[in-house]
Amino acid sequence: MNTLAPASEAQLAEIVAKTSEPLRVIGGGTRPIGVPVNAQPLTTSGLSGVELYEPGALTLVVKAGTPVAEVERTLAAEGQRLAFEPMDHRGLLATTGEPTIGGVFAANVSGPRRIQCGAARDFLLGVRFVDGQGQVIRNGGRVMKNVTGYDIVKLMAGSYGTLGVLTELSLKVLPKSHATGTVLIEGLADAQAVRALSRALASPYEVTGAAHLQRGADGTRVTMVRIEGFENSVAYRAGELKKILSAFGEVKIETDPERTSAEWRSVRDVEAFHGRDGDIWRLSVKPSDAPVIVSRLNGAEAVYDWGGGLVWLLVPQSSNATEIRAAVAEAGGHATLIRGNRAAGVFQPLAPAVAALHDGLRARFDPRGILNPGLMGRAA
Amino acid sequence: MEMPAPNPAILARKADLVEKLQSIMPRDAVIHEPAETRAYECDGLTAYKCPPLAVVLPASTQEVSDALRICHEMGVPVVPRGSGTSLAGGALPTEDSVILGVARLNDVLETDYDNRFIRVQTGRTNLSVTGAVEEDGFFYAPDPSSQLACAIAGNIAMNSGGAHCLKYGVTTNNLMGVTMVLMDGTVTDIGGAFLDAEGLDILGLLCGSEGQLGVVTEATLRILHKPEGARPVLMGFNSSEVAGQCVSDIIKAGVLPVAIEFMDRPCIRATEDFAGAGYPDCEALLIVEVEGSDAEIDEQLETIMEIARGHDPVELRQSESEEESKRIWLGRKSAFGAMGQINDYMCLDGTIPVSQLPYVLRRTEELSKEFGLDVANVFHAGDGNMHPLILFDANKPGDLETCEALGAEILKLCVEVGGCLTGEHGVGIEKRDLMLHQYDPADLEIQMAVKDVFDPKWLLNPAKVFPLASSDARRIAAE
Repeated sequence: MNTLAPASEAQLAEIVAKTSEPLRVIGGGTRPIGVPVNAQPLTTSGLSGVELYEPGALTLVVKAGTPVAEVERTLAAEGQRLAFEPMDHRGLLATTGEPTIGGVFAANVSGPRRIQCGAARDFLLGVRFVDGQGQVIRNGGRVMKNVTGYDIVKLMAGSYGTLGVLTELSLKVLPKSHATGTVLIEGLADAQAVRALSRALASPYEVTGAAHLQRGADGTRVTMVRIEGFENSVAYRAGELKKILSAFGEVKIETDPERTSAEWRSVRDVEAFHGRDGDIWRLSVKPSDAPVIVSRLNGAEAVYDWGGGLVWLLVPQSSNATEIRAAVAEAGGHATLIRGNRAAGVFQPLAPAVAALHDGLRARFDPRGILNPGLMGRAA
Repeated sequence: MEMPAPNPAILARKADLVEKLQSIMPRDAVIHEPAETRAYECDGLTAYKCPPLAVVLPASTQEVSDALRICHEMGVPVVPRGSGTSLAGGALPTEDSVILGVARLNDVLETDYDNRFIRVQTGRTNLSVTGAVEEDGFFYAPDPSSQLACAIAGNIAMNSGGAHCLKYGVTTNNLMGVTMVLMDGTVTDIGGAFLDAEGLDILGLLCGSEGQLGVVTEATLRILHKPEGARPVLMGFNSSEVAGQCVSDIIKAGVLPVAIEFMDRPCIRATEDFAGAGYPDCEALLIVEVEGSDAEIDEQLETIMEIARGHDPVELRQSESEEESKRIWLGRKSAFGAMGQINDYMCLDGTIPVSQLPYVLRRTEELSKEFGLDVANVFHAGDGNMHPLILFDANKPGDLETCEALGAEILKLCVEVGGCLTGEHGVGIEKRDLMLHQYDPADLEIQMAVKDVFDPKWLLNPAKVFPLASSDARRIAAE
């Protein structure tokens, strides 16, 4: 099937208004998350470019199909960045193509820094999108604080193109930090590691990353805490954290820019699971529950981020999804099947009252059910 | 400000309604004598008053659910109320509505430092959430000026911010989960002690929905360890434009202060008389605060003060002690109160792109002259959230109307330069009729369609947020 690639918002709106068949909405197509959709592909990659960038106001307005790389380059030229550190899914999902900024928000993709500064949705100030009837809708704006009417902006973030096709986004951006330090401990068991991360996160030292790898770069277990800021400040806080964490084991401090950047990219993109067989799950749970849940699942290997609150699981192919979901549901949280047989359902089943709200919202935004139909469908 | 006429059929069934409500909660939790319901006739927007039909003060999620179910069955509108500090009329009742107050829901349910959250009932005040964890070194970040009185329920309804949200964000960035009751009495949990709740972002939708989608009875909130220290610096300038430029330069430099607050001369003078904070007498004052250890604060302030020096300040002074810092903030936090001592005022809340600060300040001054009413400015400059205070005399016939007309012009100006009508106070009734200046009909239609999903009969706080003419059809169809 030919991919439709409108070159303007107006063209996109016309396509959606006139279509009689369902659409599979994609940006760069590098994040196949959700139940696979068998429909006419439509990409936003033709809607590309920076509309407005005001470094002094920390705001960027950009078309949805703009490559993430281009956004990052634009910001870097002014010493700024996307603070929520969006993950690149290509390595984990073995996809190719150019990730778009629209895709980042459609899937609410955040990286390790989410623990400190918030998720992608927390940086989305305004949207334009085309709803399921081909109408162009605007919500939010380009200012940091805005309670004018309902926050449809948040609703669009993480809705995987099922409520509308994003065409333009206003973002809050932040200055890059001058220096980075990673405080490392090797050899901790999962439960100990999460306790150490909790100690670091409950300190006043503004931790911007807190991860534990069962297999670090050299195959050993490594627990990592990141601090960022001005050079002296990073050195000071790394020293304080070393004192706090020395009860857990021998603490090392890494400040080499290339090595720290590689370490956190590895966490962000879950490099530990690249090129390995098996199903991949993503769990969001209460940090202290994480090691307990992982230990209950046979043959599971884990990468912990967000102080333990985000768990990437690698399990043998076609592992029992029900078992994983039940373990998470019992503790509180949700599990998403990122790689594996997605036809049987991807997202955590919702309580009936919440599911009814989802259905109602979808029926209002896309009454004909043509935008990524079934993608967020409930698991059986 | 027009409100829909009361439905006589509802007024006629008051006795029946009261009896039903009394059957599901203690008698003293149902207020219906006219002398007593008057206490709920308005919120912080005191220009508009109307006693409700009755008031219920449930003490549990179950009682909230029962009360809503009864009102739903009888077709009675419900106006949820936190502490009634809304400046936009968010909790203003109509004669045929029931006020549902959450004041009796004020327990702390769970505190967890390892996982950094607190779960509370939502009638609890903002400041007392921090109060519950403060001794252990933690705090809840959003800090609206009314934090001593305002309830978490209201904070969620209005997505409240505060002076420190430049760094810590507003309510939506700090809310992890809720127990919510829908208008038909359905109780549901969303999110919890984990990040990024499941499914569509209903939590995000609830924040700032002004009590129109559901009543939140319990909230899981993110708490943080307090910084080692914080220190403000005062900067005085001879022009508002220069102060505005200084704000922009600080932000661009890559230091991220926790707060950048702005006050102009009328505000500085009123506040100085009231709080004696030692503010310089000048055209524009900035309070810039940074956090960290002493050495870290020194490092950041050095950069900030270097930038300020380039703008020829008439005063540039770091706080020398904890006490002085407190006084500096007391001045800022009591600015509204201080203005209230000398004048009636209306407080606006438009937000603008920071780059437009100088232009908007200049244009506001022109408008102020045109309308013949003084405007004092005090606001969160770091995020462009303006709080122009229009001074008027409530006893002078026509002054309130002139004030509202001037207010509308200033808010339209905010929208014109790429901003919005309200940054943290909400639309309520106050800015309802200006919504079409910010949004096209289709944009409002989809928002109203969201309410259709949560509250198909349009009974929850129905006459707010949307222009009455836009929501008429839905409200009338529901009757």
